[in-house]
Amino acid sequence: MDRIPILKLGDALLVTIQVDMHDRLATALEEDLTTKIVDFGAKGVLIDISALEIVDSFIGRMLDNIAAVSRILDADTVVVGMRPAVAITLVELGLSLSGVKTALNVERGMALIKSRLEEFDADDED
Amino acid sequence: MAANETTTLAALVGDNEKQIVPEWLELQKRTGVLQTGRITEAELTSQSTEFLHLLRNGLANGGVEISNTAYTPARDFLSNLSRSRALQGFSPTETATFVFSLKQPLFNWLNRDKSVTPADAAKIIWAVTILLDGLGLLTFDTFQKSREEVILRQQREITELSTPVVKLWQGVLALPVIGTLDSERTQVVMENLLQHIVDESAEIAIIDITGVPTVDTLTAQHLLKTVSAARLMGADCIISGIRPQIAQTIVHLGVDLNVVSKATLADAFAVALRRTNRAVVKLKTAKTYNGQPKAPAEGGE
Repeated sequence: MDRIPILKLGDALLVTIQVDMHDRLATALEEDLTTKIVDFGAKGVLIDISALEIVDSFIGRMLDNIAAVSRILDADTVVVGMRPAVAITLVELGLSLSGVKTALNVERGMALIKSRLEEFDADDED
Repeated sequence: MAANETTTLAALVGDNEKQIVPEWLELQKRTGVLQTGRITEAELTSQSTEFLHLLRNGLANGGVEISNTAYTPARDFLSNLSRSRALQGFSPTETATFVFSLKQPLFNWLNRDKSVTPADAAKIIWAVTILLDGLGLLTFDTFQKSREEVILRQQREITELSTPVVKLWQGVLALPVIGTLDSERTQVVMENLLQHIVDESAEIAIIDITGVPTVDTLTAQHLLKTVSAARLMGADCIISGIRPQIAQTIVHLGVDLNVVSKATLADAFAVALRRTNRAVVKLKTAKTYNGQPKAPAEGGE
């Protein structure tokens, strides 16, 4: 079974979804990601869905779940690159993903996570 | 039975086509259709002649049911005629008169025909009435449909025209909404805005509702949907231009807008600039247009 790769980038994890998600793949990603966050002690998770064209309520809920799980494990989730059609669909489905941070592209999403990491560093120094 | 009546009629029309047309034309002209200047006498004559001819062909084979395939050419001709008249701006009466005024000449010729017994004549008159009423209703249907098409097209054009997305600054977009926001329009507005957010990689979108006359719960919900969708794509939304009455309505309706809102577009723009770490500052030295500092003697300051 194919899996979605999870890349480690400093203190953050980068997930780039390049294929159409089906339910099994989504569940697998959720599990993998949770394990990786714990293993690496990641402080941020960046999910790039710029290639995702079709989204359903299950995928929407998965994104919400990932964000909730990450928050418990002390990592911020940023979803980046959502297409207009996908955004409209999610809103129509009533999933506004209020627990998830969003950014327009990977660059800005990374900046968002970095700014949070810097806060952490500053706290550590105190 | 019915077939006999219509074939008799078909023969009658066929024999007297040349005389029926002028009588019919006379009746049409009496409604003042020519005075409007939308149609010339020659056009009217050719339309009437052609229709009568097609109707005769239908009568010969079709019976009294206008849904019969024999009437297809006549029906098509009438549909086209009604459509073009609707677009030209004819009134419904003028359009319907075209068919209904045909009754009188037909009845007149029936009376003059001595070979038809009164009993048969009554049957024929009934057949003609059913037929022409059917055709008249068809005229009306088409007329109405064409008018509705025009309205629909205009609606679409208005929707497209009135939802421009304006780029105010690098990464700052404005969407001045004018007119009532209904579901269909919101869809267009939303798609438009989101696409522009991607194209301009905008961080902030300002939705200005100065031109929205009333806000009800549905409109508020549509606005919130747009804001949520923009947020999902990673852009922040600011709503501006909420008028005092609308602000009151929103509060009375109990709608929780839960977004940043500013009174005017200028205020919202200022917020947008601050969020993108920019500021508008006043220049200290007044300069002339060619970039030279003003001479102190001329300068008012």
